[in-house]
Amino acid sequence: MAGKVWAVLRKDLLIELRTKDSLNAMLFFGIVVLVVFNFALESLRDSIRTAVPGVLWVSFVFSGTLGLNRMFASEKENSCLQGLLMVPMDRGVVYLGKMLAAAIFMFIAEIVIFVCSLIFFNLTVWSEIPWLILVFSIGTLGFTAVGTLLSAISVNTRMREVLLPLILFPVVLPILVNAVEATNIILNGPDYRALKLPLAIMTSFTVIFGTVSYLMFDFVLED
Amino acid sequence: MIEVQGLAKYFGRFSALHDLQLDVSEGQFIALFGRNGAGKTTLLRILAGLSRPSAGSVTIRGFRPGSQDARGFTGYLSHNTALYLDLTALENLRFYARLLDLACSDGDLETRISGVGLAGRAREPVRNYSRGMQQRLAIARAFLHDPALLLLDEPFTGLDREGTELLTNYLDEARSHGRTCLMAIHDAPLGYALADRLVVIEKGMVALDLERKASTLEEFQGRYRDLTEEC
Repeated sequence: MAGKVWAVLRKDLLIELRTKDSLNAMLFFGIVVLVVFNFALESLRDSIRTAVPGVLWVSFVFSGTLGLNRMFASEKENSCLQGLLMVPMDRGVVYLGKMLAAAIFMFIAEIVIFVCSLIFFNLTVWSEIPWLILVFSIGTLGFTAVGTLLSAISVNTRMREVLLPLILFPVVLPILVNAVEATNIILNGPDYRALKLPLAIMTSFTVIFGTVSYLMFDFVLED
Repeated sequence: MIEVQGLAKYFGRFSALHDLQLDVSEGQFIALFGRNGAGKTTLLRILAGLSRPSAGSVTIRGFRPGSQDARGFTGYLSHNTALYLDLTALENLRFYARLLDLACSDGDLETRISGVGLAGRAREPVRNYSRGMQQRLAIARAFLHDPALLLLDEPFTGLDREGTELLTNYLDEARSHGRTCLMAIHDAPLGYALADRLVVIEKGMVALDLERKASTLEEFQGRYRDLTEEC
């Protein structure tokens, strides 16, 4: 099974490496959001660290949604999804491969957006980086675990670009709220023990929704 | 091999298939005829497990269409090639071979690509291929795991004379190996030449079902024309 998940993931990475369709759009959009906030929050320059968690996650989520929209759109071209569905394997393999690909693209975008935010907001965070990586990783996995399933649902609709955020954002709200909270604790909190609760909620969300999405994936793909 | 009873498929209020009955024995080659929108593609998609029936029952060797067991011996080829345009021909076949658990080396896959008349183009992105070349590669993809049941939806679309001969040879070989085949086709002489049973679908139902040897091509074309004109 792992070999097949890797085959799906490798295929998506290879296509993205050649076309750069998703990453270019994600990075451009994420950085534009940062630039807008950079000007909007000019008056809060002294207490900017309190605003950065929210700004970062808004940027991550918007660019991540763009990536998710592309995830299955590419499979619709030439009816490639049909070819995948005809393969005698657990269809959850496709979900896992796609989810990991979406998470990798989003994580790459997050790294670039985060580095840009350090420059724009003039932040120094060297000691916090390992904790931030942990929060970004869990948040990204949780977001893409749900997003991949909903992207597969919305790809068969006429207004998929509009529909995906509409159905995705309410569902991922728990993970977003806790991701912002955890990032805030890391950047501004004196005590990292307070991270325990948001991280536990994010991890539980990721595991539960990831499992449910994996199990449901077979049903959402048939007409 | 295939048992279809009372099959119906609705898209909203539109009825694509209505109380369709069809039994297919192991090793039979059936040509499905019918006008555009008659329900041929819907039937093939249901048999492939890509679409769920609204009513009725369908079993393939006792399995539900689309189940992992059924997919193991089913190959589906339509006018949509299911190929990734930004991958090369070799990468496309390598990808599907991995998912199908086939122990094919790149050499084996290149031989298959050459076999469909694409020698020397294996490492070129599929995006550079013409429509007919893509269809040839799609043939190689669909036959990769040597399926016992072939579901073909207008497989000759986009193929030139040489490509048509190539697919005809593939299908002849599949039949000689006892493969079961259902093929939706508009070209009556070609379908007649390939199949041993001719089925006409009209308004989502089987309107005509006869053995090829029971009718000459001219007789069949006459009855087919009468049926479609009546409707």
